[in-house]
This record gives sequence, structure tokens and C-alpha cells, in this order.
Amino acid sequence: MLNFAGQLINLFAAMLLLISFAMLSQRRVLSLINLFALQGLVLAVSTTVVAYSSSQHHLYYSAGLTLLLKVLVLPWILHRLIRKLNVKWDVETMFNIPTTMLVGIVLVVFAFNLAAPISQMAGTITRGTLGIAMACVLLSFLMMITRSKAVPQVIGFLAMENGLFFAATSTSYGMPMVVELGIALDVLIGMFILGIFFFQIRETFDSLDLKHMEKLKED
Amino acid sequence: MEIIWILAIPLTGGLLLALFGCRSFAPELNAMMSFATFVASVFLAIRVVNDGSFSAYNEQFFVDSFNVFLVALTAFVSFTTSLFSRPYMRIEQAHGKLSINMLRLYHSMYQLFTFTMLLVLLTNNMGIMWVAMEAATLTTVLLVSLYRTPASLEAAWKYFILCGVGLAQALFGTILLYFAAEKVLGAGGTALLWTHLDAVKHQLEPTVLSLAFVFLLVGYGTKVGLAPLHSWLPDAHAEGPTPVSAVLSGLLLNVALYVVVRSKVLVDGALGTHFAGDLMMGFGLLSVIMAAFYLSRQKDVKRMFAYSSIEHMGLVTFAFGMGGPVATFAGMLHMTVHSLTKSAIFFAVGHATQKSGTQLMENIRGLISTNPTIGWGLAIGTLAILGMPPFGVFASEFLIITTAMHAYPWTTPFLLIALGVAFAAIFSRMQEMVFGPATGQRLPHPPALIPVFVHLGLVLLLGLYIPPYLADWYRQAAALIG
Repeated sequence: MLNFAGQLINLFAAMLLLISFAMLSQRRVLSLINLFALQGLVLAVSTTVVAYSSSQHHLYYSAGLTLLLKVLVLPWILHRLIRKLNVKWDVETMFNIPTTMLVGIVLVVFAFNLAAPISQMAGTITRGTLGIAMACVLLSFLMMITRSKAVPQVIGFLAMENGLFFAATSTSYGMPMVVELGIALDVLIGMFILGIFFFQIRETFDSLDLKHMEKLKED
Repeated sequence: MEIIWILAIPLTGGLLLALFGCRSFAPELNAMMSFATFVASVFLAIRVVNDGSFSAYNEQFFVDSFNVFLVALTAFVSFTTSLFSRPYMRIEQAHGKLSINMLRLYHSMYQLFTFTMLLVLLTNNMGIMWVAMEAATLTTVLLVSLYRTPASLEAAWKYFILCGVGLAQALFGTILLYFAAEKVLGAGGTALLWTHLDAVKHQLEPTVLSLAFVFLLVGYGTKVGLAPLHSWLPDAHAEGPTPVSAVLSGLLLNVALYVVVRSKVLVDGALGTHFAGDLMMGFGLLSVIMAAFYLSRQKDVKRMFAYSSIEHMGLVTFAFGMGGPVATFAGMLHMTVHSLTKSAIFFAVGHATQKSGTQLMENIRGLISTNPTIGWGLAIGTLAILGMPPFGVFASEFLIITTAMHAYPWTTPFLLIALGVAFAAIFSRMQEMVFGPATGQRLPHPPALIPVFVHLGLVLLLGLYIPPYLADWYRQAAALIG
């Protein structure tokens, strides 16, 4: 049973990594939000499996929180935002997707190397997945760097938080509940503030393209 | 009990001002709330001085001489800044830069920002520290973009994304810390309590802790404004309203550094080497040198003083990195005098830019002849921040540099050259702004200059004579940090 659960968790971890790569190459804003919601769903299911197999009951609450926040509330807010901002059908022009993917692969190798000594010390059933969690964090970081529009950058930011959450589950069965609640609250408030912010940016620049925002430079 | 007051007053203040922030008495309410917080923090400080450190409410909060001095400083500077912001924001409104709703947002967020900083300082839980630090970023993002100009929106976006990514690193560091801690302390809420971690710090896994510290330093270091992670700082300081620049520079940077120092204590215990200190010295020295050379190229007055903040925070990080009783004492003294002086400078600069209608230094001229108090405030503040005796900054810089000469002689030339370059850059600019033919207009409200001179008076006092109980207080704190 434990072995089966372990395999299942590895399967979900692999799916998370694949979704991260898909997000890296996805140019349509709408599909990006759906991918983000899917990532949240996989995260919630894998957390539930971990909770069941390790009988860590507080992880059920974490999984519930993830489901509520990252699969329902945040994607809903994002969908509303892109509809109101009229960027629903936006397609971003990105330079050289294959190169970005190659850099992504290098990052994954790096993440696995960095995680190896730590995951050897961990006593959790999920310890093998720390490398994947770190890879997800680094890939989201890469995604934020390569995007020039505001909404995809923010989705990259949220995906990074997903990766960190997964890292916490795989090393130590999650953080203390009070901290997890605090982090969720911060993410939610942050999303609201960003929502207000998007409208301010659009009002001033007439677009959500961040290339208008490169005036403040040292000369 | 005092802890609850210190946290509850700004939180209620934030909610009250969200409701009544559009009334004409909002600035006074804001100042009153900040004053009440300050009074509560004084009571807390007296209690700690008398009874020593204690933890409260299931050990969720912890106060010792190190954080209580920062609590008192934070509450004091928030109070004086709220006094300064009263006429300042009225003038901005009269100049048509702000609407009534923006002022409501400003006042409410100002109180909530104070709340988050005090929560970072008072909580015992390293996880909550992270949560409150992130909340501090969130409350100030909309303050930086308050004027809704293209430049301020850009600055706020940069601030949000860079500090968000930085704090994500810090969260990973916290996860690693928890991972190391739960092996010793067992899973659950207590494994992230700083006092518990401090008790078992020698048993924590060294490899994990050293990796955790790298992430924590890079993460919180972004908020301290350490080079090369500082690029959000000059933009946010230059484009936000001046009271916000004053509290960002005077308080937020200190609070972020406080978390780094708390983590350093744990890592030092676990590793038994000078690894954490070396990293902090490296980042600190790089910030001092980089900021000094950027200083001379600035045209915008608030940007220039923002770079000066990077320089001084670098110096404090360097001092804490060296460690030992003298350097840590000097670091804490420097934190205090920098935050008092820099906020005083921002108050004077704020009114000076309002008079001239620009932040460009070439258009700010002859402050002494049009408004002697603003002119003298800026002149004396600048001399103080440049480390001229007899001000307190001189005392702390002197202690830091002499310790560096003994312990790490190779750093002395870098520090001295950087301080010299910074002196030349800021001093010549200040002379042109303060003296010379006058430009500028009358302000529609009388400026608030009492806070400027109160701050500078305190800095002067700390340079001439440190009261024995304050010196004891710093010494106790220095012994705690090691």
C-alpha cells in the first residue's frame, strides 16, 4: 500500500513538472490560467495522497486550502480580471521558446543536484520529490523573467508559491497550520492588490505590456 | 498585555481610517493612533528593562532587549512621521496631486504597515515573521503607486515583483529551517518558535542550516536593499510620497535586517563557524561600495538619499557580520541613528521638493534664504548622515571602522574610500541646494519641522552622551546576538 502511494506521489510530482514546462511555453493567457488551476488541482490531490499514506491529518486541511484557494478562488479572480481588462484572447509573442525550454532543462538538472543532499536526510515518504519541487520553483522564476506582460508574470509568481508549497510537503509534511493559513491569506490579499494594480497600470499606459515600464533606469 | 496594545492599536487604526479616512480629522487621528502605539511601546520597553526578556501567549510572542529597542524605535519614528505627514499630505492635496480617496488609502495603509512591522518584531514564530514581512510589502505597494504617475506605477510594480520573488526565497529558507527543526523538536507549531530553536541550535543539521541561511539572507536581504538585490529601493523611495520614503528607509530596512540577524544567531549556533558572518560581511561591503559610487551620479534628491540608505544598511550588515560585542553594539547604535537621521532628512527634503515643485537637485536652490528652517534642517541632517562629529552617526561609524581595522584590516581601505566618495557626492549637492540664489514658492500650509529637529537633537545627544541605561540595553542585546 505504502509503495503504491509512493508511486502515486511520484506520478503526481512528474505531472507537476510537466505542467510547469507547459506553462513556460504557453502563450495564451486564458490557457495559462487553466494550467495554473490544473497545477493547483494536482497539488491538492497529491497532498491528499500524502496525508492518507502518512496519516498526517493536518495535511487534509492543507489540501482543502489548496483546493479552495488555488483551484477555485484565484483562477476565478484571474478569469474575471482578464475578462474585465479585455485581455482574454491575448497571445504573447515570446522569443525563442525552444531556447527557453532548454534553459528549463538545465534548471531541472541543477535543482535535482541541489536537492539531493537534503532529500537524503528527509525521513518522509515524499522525499524524492524535493528535486521536482525546486525545479518547479526555478521554472516559474524563469517564466517570470521571460514574460513581458503583467498577467503572465503574476501567474508565474503564483506558480512559484505552488512549488514552495510542494517543497514544504515533500521535506517535512507541510508547515505548521498557522503559518500555512498566514501564507494563504497573504496570497489572497496580494491577488486583490494586484487586481487593483492591473487597472491602475492599464489606465495609465493603455496596456498591460511591461515594456512601457522601463523608464526608471540608472543612466 | 503591552504586546496586545502595541499590535491592536495600529490594527484598529487601520480599520478606523479605512472608514473615516476621508474626513478632515484623518491626519490627526492617524497621529493619535501612532502616539498611542508609541506610549504602549514605552511601557513594554520599561517592563523589559526591569524584568528582562519574556515570552507571552503560548510563547507566540517573545520580547528581549534586542527587539524591544527596535519596537520602541519603530513606534517612535512612525509617530513623528505621522506628525510630519499631517501638513505634508495637506500641501500635496492643495497642490492637487492627491484626491480624498487616495488620502484615505494612505492613512489606512500607513497604520497597517506599522502593524505588520511591529508584528515581525514581536512574533516568536519564524513562519509568522515571513507572513508579516510579506504583508508589509503588500501594504506599501499601493502607497508607492499613490500618485498614479507612470513612474510611480513602474516603481511599485518593480517593488512588488522583486520583493515578492525575494521573499519567496526567504520562504524556501524558512521551509528548510523547519525541516531541520522538526527533526529535533518534532513536528507541529513549536518547531518554528525562535526561542525553541535557539535552545537546540547546536543540534540542528549544519548542511541544511547553511543552505537555509543563504536563502534567508538573499530573501530578506532583498528587503534590506543589499547590493546587488537593491534595484527596487531607489525607485520606490523616489516615486512614493515622502512620508512613505521616510518609514521605508528608516524602519522597514531595519526590520528586514532584524530577521536576518535572528536567523544568523541560529546558524552560528548550528555551524560553529563564521560562515553566516562572512556572507553578511560580503554583502554589506559590496552594498557600501556600490551605493557610494552610484551616489555621485544621482540627479533626483530622494533617489540620492535612497542610495545613502543602501550604503548605511550595508554598513550595519557588515557590522553584524563581524560580530563580537563592540561591532554588534555599533551596529545597533548605527541602526538607531541612521533611522532617526534619515527620516529627518526625508522630512526636510519633502518640504524642499514641495517648495521647488521638483525632485531634481539642479532646480532646488537657496533653501536657506527662502525658508531657513528647512534649509538648516537639510544641512544639519546631511552633515549628521555623513558621519560628522559630534553626531551619533560618527560614533557608530567610528566604532565599526576601528573594529574592522583590528579584525579585518583588508576591509578598511574599501570602507574609507566608500565613505569618502559618499561624503564628496552628498556634501557638494547639499551645498548647492541649501545656499545660492533662491527659487521656489510659498507653501499653502506651514511645514512640520519639529520632528526634524527632535530627531537631529536625539542623534546629537547619542553622539555626545549615550545614557547609561541605553548603553546597558545595547550591551545586553549585543550579548544575546553575539
